[in-house]
Amino acid sequence: MAIVETRKLTKVFGKGEEGAVNAVDLETRDGEFLVFLGPSGSGKSTLLRMIAGLEEPTAGDVLIGGRVVTRLPPRARGIAMVFQSYALYPHLSVARNIAFPLKAHGVPRERRLERVHWAAQLLGIGHLLERRPRELSGGERQRVALARAIVREPTVFLLDEPLSNLDAKLRASAREELTQFHKRVGTTTIYVTHDQVEAMAMGNRIAVLEKGVVRQIGTPREVYNEPADTFVATFLGSPPMNLVEAEDVIAGFRPESLIPLAMVQGPAAAVRFRVTLLEYLGSERILVGVIEGGRFDGRKVISRVATASSGGIGEGTAHDFAVPEQELKFFDRATGKRIAPRVLQWR
Amino acid sequence: MAGPGPRRSLATRLGRWAIVLGFAILLAFPFYWMAITSFKQTADLYDVEHDPFIFNAPPTLAHLRYLFEQTLFVRWFWNTTLAGAAVVAITLVLAVPAAWALARLTGRWGQQLGIGIFLTYLVPPTLLFIPMSRVISTLGLQDTLWAIIVTYPTFTVPFSIWLLMGFFKAIPRDLEDAALVDGLTRFGAFVKLVIPISLSGILTVVIFSFTLVTQEFVYALTFISSAEHQTIGVGVPIFLVRGDVYYWGSLMAACLIASIPIALVYNLFLDRFIAGFTVGAVK
Repeated sequence: MAIVETRKLTKVFGKGEEGAVNAVDLETRDGEFLVFLGPSGSGKSTLLRMIAGLEEPTAGDVLIGGRVVTRLPPRARGIAMVFQSYALYPHLSVARNIAFPLKAHGVPRERRLERVHWAAQLLGIGHLLERRPRELSGGERQRVALARAIVREPTVFLLDEPLSNLDAKLRASAREELTQFHKRVGTTTIYVTHDQVEAMAMGNRIAVLEKGVVRQIGTPREVYNEPADTFVATFLGSPPMNLVEAEDVIAGFRPESLIPLAMVQGPAAAVRFRVTLLEYLGSERILVGVIEGGRFDGRKVISRVATASSGGIGEGTAHDFAVPEQELKFFDRATGKRIAPRVLQWR
Repeated sequence: MAGPGPRRSLATRLGRWAIVLGFAILLAFPFYWMAITSFKQTADLYDVEHDPFIFNAPPTLAHLRYLFEQTLFVRWFWNTTLAGAAVVAITLVLAVPAAWALARLTGRWGQQLGIGIFLTYLVPPTLLFIPMSRVISTLGLQDTLWAIIVTYPTFTVPFSIWLLMGFFKAIPRDLEDAALVDGLTRFGAFVKLVIPISLSGILTVVIFSFTLVTQEFVYALTFISSAEHQTIGVGVPIFLVRGDVYYWGSLMAACLIASIPIALVYNLFLDRFIAGFTVGAVK
């Protein structure tokens, strides 16, 4: 197990182009499950590939277990990686796929067999050992890729969107399995994804990336409840946080914080909310509408309310809604950064 | 629907067999014709009254005896094998690394260089053999087997590079990256991963280069004049066609003997070839 650290890590692909990764300083904790979350093109995969040694940094350093590994090839870094495509060797059986890293490191045959069986057992793929990768289902391939990664007990696991090729149902169970698996082996893991549900469900901490910069790093609770800027606020959460602009400040509130006035206790910002579209999601309803009157007249906002407590609300009707004051977040309008709470006139 | 898989009607199955049989006959017929002609008496072959598909007179070994005793066929066969092996070796040594490098070159340079190299393959030997013969004589290789061993790669290499580039491009980069993470060097990944995966492509190159050596005519004819250095492709037509006299029996025997090994290799690796053509179709 080891700590992974990046120091001012930068990658610029073409001359004169913007950096794919810009001076990123990060430090994992020992045995942590850290998620790199960001939209496509945010540099999260490039960052991971630089940690793996598959991409040469333009500047900066990578440290694994306190040792500078920037100039070392991937094979000397003590890492294991699972790729989005799984990258199973198509000409080898499952057993030989799993044994591949051991063979490459010159582990003797006896020990290899032992380790392969241990890994296969752990992932429940003992019955697939003689098959070829193309004879496996997506979920099975993913397990084989994982088995190949753990077989030589790496100090760090790097996972590059390993679930995105699975269908939605399988993805949910694979997510759970991965979390269980991480708890069992306890190896420091860096996991790249663009899926916020995966990030929230699996990460000990989440690093939110955009345009090659870490916007915020924190526990799922921190990045969701206390977003550092408007990007993090709107990237996380579905539907995203509502943002309304005043003179020099942006006020934000989660859709689940915009609720009927009658349900709010304590100080709150009250608005008249006209519903224009209603989505029924079973236990919940998504209400899309506009604020009527007052300072934010005409602003589009979204509310998420329990179906049980919003019986009388239909499309085209207007209601008194409110946001509890402690749920309001404020951002600087120029920089988008989080600032201290203000008192705003809402009506 | 009952039972495993759809039941096909009798007509469909008969139709399939008819198609398969038709193709089998089409492909086997040249071999049959070569074989029967090799053993037919010349008088039997030339008599238009006779049924051409069967022996009307007793078969004879005279043509084979002529081929082996009166011509240098064994020598030509040996020359062809030798030159073939050398050309295959040279082609692989040059084309495999070159194709790999071009396939992995990022940006448009790789593609354009690849096309540029392939264009040289399109220049016909009939244009090149005159300048080429000057080169051969400057090198002092005229009238030796070496003359063709060094000239054939000028067209086997470009074609093979182009062919292999397709195979190598079908190998996802992730696979190589995985091998690097799993403990191999870049060269190790090339040898232990890329080459085994593209074996069908490499095999295709081997057979392409080898058959080319057995059939090439222009270079072999112009660069080599003495009979003992000739290959099958030149020796057979020169010495078994005298003026307007065709030694059909011996000609067909020579063709049959030369084509059987290649046909065998093709059939032996048929599955590999088909696998080769579908590589990259599956994710």
